[in-house]
Amino acid sequence: MRYLPLDPSERKAMLSRIGVCDVDALFDDIPSGKRIEGLLDMPPGMSEMAVERKLSAMASRSVAAGSVPFFLGAGAYKRHIPATVDHLIQRSEFLTSYTPYQPEIAQGTLQALFEFQTQVAALTGMEVANASMYDASTGCGEAMLMAHRLTKRRKAILSGGLHPQYADVAATLARMAGDSIMRLAPDPTARETIAAEIDDETSCVIAQSPDFFGSPRDLAPIAAAAHARGALLIAVFTDPVALGALRSPGEMDADIAVGEGQGLGNALSFGGPYVGLFATRTKNVRQMPGRLAGETVDADGRRSFVLTLSTREQHIRREKATSNICTNSGLCALAFSIHLTLLGDLGLRRLARVNHNNAVRLAERLSAVRGVEILNEHFFNEFTMRTRRPAAELIEALAQRGVIGGLPVSRVLPGAGLDDLTVVASTEVNTDEDRAAYAGALVECLR
Amino acid sequence: MAQIRYTKDHEYIRIEGAEGVIGISEHAQSQLGDVVFAEPPPVGKMVKAGDPAAVVESVKAASDVFAPASGEVIAVNSDVEGTPGLINEDALGRGWLFRIRLADPGELDALMDEAAYSEYLKTLG
Amino acid sequence: MNAQGRPTRPESFSDVALETFTGNRALDMNEALIFETGRFDVSGVDIEEPAPFHSRLGPCEREGALDLPGLTEPEAVRHYVRLSRNNYSIDAGIYPLGSCTMKHNPRLNEKMARLPGFADVHPLQPTSTAQGALEAIEALAEALLTMTGMSAVAMSPKAGAHGELCGMMAIKAAVDARGEGEVRRVVLVPDSAHGTNPATAALIGFSVRPVAAGEDGNVSLKAVEAALGSDVAAIMLTNPNTCGLFERQIADIADAVHEAGGYFYCDGANFNAIVGKTRPGDLGVDAMHINLHKTFSTPHGGGGPGGGPVTLSSRLAPYAPAPFLARDADGLRLVEHAQDSRSFGRMSAFHGQMGMFVRALSFILSHGCDGLRQAAEDAVLSANYVRASLNDVMSAPFGDRVCMHEALFDDRWLKDTGLTTLDFAKAMIDEGYHPMTVYFPLVVHGAMLIEPTESESKASLDLFIMTLRDLAFAARAGDRERFLRAPIFAPRRRLDETRAARHSVLRWTKPAPFEG
Repeated sequence: MRYLPLDPSERKAMLSRIGVCDVDALFDDIPSGKRIEGLLDMPPGMSEMAVERKLSAMASRSVAAGSVPFFLGAGAYKRHIPATVDHLIQRSEFLTSYTPYQPEIAQGTLQALFEFQTQVAALTGMEVANASMYDASTGCGEAMLMAHRLTKRRKAILSGGLHPQYADVAATLARMAGDSIMRLAPDPTARETIAAEIDDETSCVIAQSPDFFGSPRDLAPIAAAAHARGALLIAVFTDPVALGALRSPGEMDADIAVGEGQGLGNALSFGGPYVGLFATRTKNVRQMPGRLAGETVDADGRRSFVLTLSTREQHIRREKATSNICTNSGLCALAFSIHLTLLGDLGLRRLARVNHNNAVRLAERLSAVRGVEILNEHFFNEFTMRTRRPAAELIEALAQRGVIGGLPVSRVLPGAGLDDLTVVASTEVNTDEDRAAYAGALVECLR
Repeated sequence: MAQIRYTKDHEYIRIEGAEGVIGISEHAQSQLGDVVFAEPPPVGKMVKAGDPAAVVESVKAASDVFAPASGEVIAVNSDVEGTPGLINEDALGRGWLFRIRLADPGELDALMDEAAYSEYLKTLG
Repeated sequence: MNAQGRPTRPESFSDVALETFTGNRALDMNEALIFETGRFDVSGVDIEEPAPFHSRLGPCEREGALDLPGLTEPEAVRHYVRLSRNNYSIDAGIYPLGSCTMKHNPRLNEKMARLPGFADVHPLQPTSTAQGALEAIEALAEALLTMTGMSAVAMSPKAGAHGELCGMMAIKAAVDARGEGEVRRVVLVPDSAHGTNPATAALIGFSVRPVAAGEDGNVSLKAVEAALGSDVAAIMLTNPNTCGLFERQIADIADAVHEAGGYFYCDGANFNAIVGKTRPGDLGVDAMHINLHKTFSTPHGGGGPGGGPVTLSSRLAPYAPAPFLARDADGLRLVEHAQDSRSFGRMSAFHGQMGMFVRALSFILSHGCDGLRQAAEDAVLSANYVRASLNDVMSAPFGDRVCMHEALFDDRWLKDTGLTTLDFAKAMIDEGYHPMTVYFPLVVHGAMLIEPTESESKASLDLFIMTLRDLAFAARAGDRERFLRAPIFAPRRRLDETRAARHSVLRWTKPAPFEG
């Protein structure tokens, strides 16, 4: 076996040092009758070539986003990632190191995390960010629990514009923890009045901008209404590139910002691993979940970085910890950070403009198709389309014509009476040809 | 002359008339190492003997401070919130955490005096 | 001196200057932060500005600039390459962190995860266009069930702690379904457990009742029986446990817990030791998470991402979270909503850590049934080899007892040296080694937990052992300097963690303009 360096004679020598005659003697503590006799019912080991052949064949049975006109977003975005990003994150020293528990030999990871935290804080307009969460959906649940700790209340209000799967995650967590949740009806046209729902029991409002249906929302009035009742605003976003064009959670007076970072540096990868962005105000930092890198000096007075404020975490606080989280999303955070470093504010703004421009041009093309209505007055790179033909059917028909046309809302919100809606996204990867192909296929499918 | 009493969890309470000043013992601060965070209870809170009332943290440990006696919190040491190192420098003096109005001075009888506490420390080895 | 007047031998100096103009030490670079070197008018990505168009952003359009300087590509590459060189990694040396299973990360796995049919597939694509990705999930799920002997597996949890949460939610749902939600509110957790266990239980409203381990490092049936009652929902037990020992009475404990109406959550962090040797399902486990980044070698990446599928017994399978896979005439599909079932709900958006699934699957296929068993045996053999080679110079809390995949020592042997476990660990850094896990598990004073994994050659293990023996002798001989000053040769000396915590600086800020 190519990954196992020990040979039979070495194993024998090692057994004799230990003082046992065979390796099974080391497994004597396993109750007899509970041991596996022989081998597991699985195929034997395979060569590298054989594994590659098998998995390549498997992979070929998926349609890669890059191989077709692709217009699906809804929380995960097809992006062009600079080649540098993947090269750098595959450096052994980043890829194969552990959590930086020995800071003297982990400054690379620690400084990169410190830079990541600073970038996330700047991007979100907040004061302090952690070293990442698993993804935005779980980050959203953690933010809700954090708000409960800060306000000592246990009721969250979820906007109808929040990504339905994020809302599902929060609802599961709330039900399990015995907290209450008010989930507002799906709101494709951004008409809900959240402020009216906030009462003295409300711990937080969780609202998303641009919302799930693509409309940018001014969350500042919600923040004001929440603060007036002693509640917090958790502002959510699903594409970091949107913040190159739109006002940040911090500018809208959010108390906690939660975002999906996949859209920079990270592949679609069928849903994971992604990277949750999580930021707040300095005064709330002790109730923030997740790891934090901080600046200090070493014994020679040189600037250094170290994991800090770890008394919030499970390995010290155990059942009193702010969260049970242990692993974060280190390598994905690094990919995010490298991509953002390459872009800078200048590149981010341009990238956002290209995304918006492509979406505007797509919206123009699609709305010219008979039987298509675009619901959004305003949007960034994603909007909602209404068609007569049920969206699930339509998207399947488009896929058969080689176009991935968006997300039928019914897939994430079944039974909500929104079967005629599709959420459509466009990023910098889309070309005029892609748009023409989409419009052409749409005409055929709606005929 | 103020009297001081200790708990088995290494809190002290210095009795000043009908009031008590609470902190962690010299032994506790040295065991904990550099204190980096201290959170006294809010003024006005009613604490019960044996309940967790405050928190002190070092880099690698977090420790609840249990109220040695019951009563209402009437003052807290805001200096230790800004400069938690005071607990290391002067645990019994400037490193105090909070002050209560004693609800039941009789509770103090269950606590150790200076001599008993130093005997107790010896048993810990 | 050669014919060109070029010296070919170094001259020797007794007094070497330690200060350099740059602050660098040859390959060891002092690297500035991107915020100190980046510029606002550059970008390392060429993007063409679109022709003027009518914006539809509306009133939320951003106005000011963000504090995000850019670097050109060569500057960025240099920055991150320089940073990387300050990291230790498994590719560079043994990484003996106990409970972390830092084994070799095959590069084949990286290549497979990047196949466009896995990496470039959107989670919400029509499932008819994502069959390859779904097949990979199914194949990994089947392999995990074969290895564990369990009935079902929830694939969506994002990491070990998330998997624990999933398993405990399934238990809570099952207890609620029996109408005992108000009664069974206690979870038994041994005091040797990893901190995530009590944190997870508390997160969903359980209270934790600690169970003490016995003198032999095991949780005894007697202790569990004494703690069991009609208020107990579950026990959370790690096996092999955090002391590196197999819980001898595990099957009897499982029976006792079941008899008392509770469920058995097994923390699978240390599954690497027993793959192919015993199946948790046969031991009576009801739920166990699997850290793909430990047992199945997906890279740790400096602290994640992980992957935490949770295997479930038939008693808990009905409560598994959405989504799950189903197969019908049209192939594989995802059941993403579970209103009509007993599923407890959804743990995360989408369907789990696909990138990690492919890596783990590639690892499992490469090893096969024979290689997986061999890997477990080699991991346990190597740990015992380390234990047997060091227990005459260091102290082991459980004497000569055979361990599983990791060898545990305590600090009794350092008692008269004036040195601590931390000092010993830091001296290992100067020797070019990443230290073992220190001060965990908490039940052992000054713990040092060594997990060599199956990836080390005998030569590598021998040098590691000789180094630790040399250090142990030096400690006993009173060579305190070597320890107290350590590390000297690392990119950094010991850090002031107190300062970091007392005066938290958690992000870069622009220095105030100099006034003077």
